[in-house]
Amino acid sequence: MTKAPEFRGYLRSDGRKGIRNAVLVIYLVECAHHVARAIVNRAGDSAVQLIGFPGCYPNAYAFRMMKQLATHPNVGGALIVSLGCEGFDRSGLAAAIADSGRPVETLVIQEAGGTRTTIAAGLEAVARISAEAGQTPLVAMGVPDLVVGTICGGSDGTSGITANPAVGRCFDRLVAAGATCIFEETGELIGCEQVMAERAVTPELGAEIEAAVAKAERYYTTLGYGSFAPGNADGGLTTQEEKSLGAYSKSGDSPISGLIKPGDIPAGPGLYLMDVVPDGDVRFGFPNISDNAEIVELIASGCHLILFTTGRGSVVGSAISPVIKICANPETYAKLRDDMDVNAGSILTGQATIDEVGAEILAQVCAVAGGGLSLSEELGHQEFILTYKSFEASSPACLPQTARTGVAA
Amino acid sequence: MEGGFMASNDPRAGVPAPGRFVLLNEKDNILVCAEAAKAGAAVEIDGQTFVLQVDIALGHKIARKQLAVGDRVLRYGISIGFITQPVTPGEHVHNHNLQSGYIAAHGRGCA
Repeated sequence: MTKAPEFRGYLRSDGRKGIRNAVLVIYLVECAHHVARAIVNRAGDSAVQLIGFPGCYPNAYAFRMMKQLATHPNVGGALIVSLGCEGFDRSGLAAAIADSGRPVETLVIQEAGGTRTTIAAGLEAVARISAEAGQTPLVAMGVPDLVVGTICGGSDGTSGITANPAVGRCFDRLVAAGATCIFEETGELIGCEQVMAERAVTPELGAEIEAAVAKAERYYTTLGYGSFAPGNADGGLTTQEEKSLGAYSKSGDSPISGLIKPGDIPAGPGLYLMDVVPDGDVRFGFPNISDNAEIVELIASGCHLILFTTGRGSVVGSAISPVIKICANPETYAKLRDDMDVNAGSILTGQATIDEVGAEILAQVCAVAGGGLSLSEELGHQEFILTYKSFEASSPACLPQTARTGVAA
Repeated sequence: MEGGFMASNDPRAGVPAPGRFVLLNEKDNILVCAEAAKAGAAVEIDGQTFVLQVDIALGHKIARKQLAVGDRVLRYGISIGFITQPVTPGEHVHNHNLQSGYIAAHGRGCA
């Protein structure tokens, strides 16, 4: 980039900077979902956002994810809403948020008098937390401070020749400018393991990448489904590896600096691959049941914003971090243009090159980082999903250049 | 991309010409449809003209050459699976004649 764009960021106590200042209302079990949602709806402020975990049984992965999300640089504070008897470690979560210097309060419905009184108390708590979060110092922030993730959803035969390589060009420019970029879904990289391993900064990391893809293949084979939806076939994709090769082009051409698991926060700039497939035997079902589960994992690893490519036409956004939608297919763009930030279909209609669309995506990244709303934000999308998974700690060979940071589970 | 992957995907490198079928890599034995085409339309492939037997939707593939059972199908210069039925140039290549070398794809409803 010729001149480095600068914008304002919210300075957090761990030194990270955020591009948003969300106040999270976090339900810890489905039984507290309605109360938490009512608080968010009545607060009537797009910065007050709902996230939560549906299960009553505790899960180390879900706890770690929640901790990373609630202390994400785009988050200014949180209200925890517990029913009271669920297994989630609510005091551990509250302590982690408080330790990060953020305002946090906890409401336990069984102790607060039920639905009506908890909603009323929650609204007061959100007002206090928002006021305190509003005091967060604003500082200069630039591209090297950014962590950008990418995901594809509703892929078709155009994704791999338009939107995905254009995101790859954008990633190359971001990495060259000192940013951190993360691509993911090893199950959607089946067939690309060898080419990918060759891009690893060390042979040991290359071997870890190949092992991660082999794990994904075993996992999906046990489940009997690849990461491949019927809509992919409607759109002209025939096989898992064909979808994978298209998805892979989102990563661009930079060397791969590390292999992380959800919630690991890269300590240095560069390009990282996220291994989203659980370790060990198949226990809790599909690795990620829908695109938002992957978006949540990218955000838990520190992504400030998400580049979402789509051919068939996904409309989702996310809580916490803005989602920028890049439409691969010109026919889809014509149908869903209100949801699409970038029309990469222009590459197929001959109106733009892959490089030009890559530059347009980069300009969008800078605009949204600077406070401009992505279309999914403007439309009120704040999807969120977190389910059960299990991971082992990463091998040291996965992060050859940088020490692993972030809060351990 | 390394290994020639996505080497020729710049559309201004002359790829989406009339006919609107894209060759993504010189090694490929399929072409990708860049603009929906109707059955009966003539398509020129490597200097020879073929007639489409079925409608081809945007993003779908047609064969660039004669393909035999067991042939690897190359897209971006890399294998995307194996041919399960003989295929003639210009023929639609999809799940009726192309199978994954990894995990089978599924349709709507229960498997």
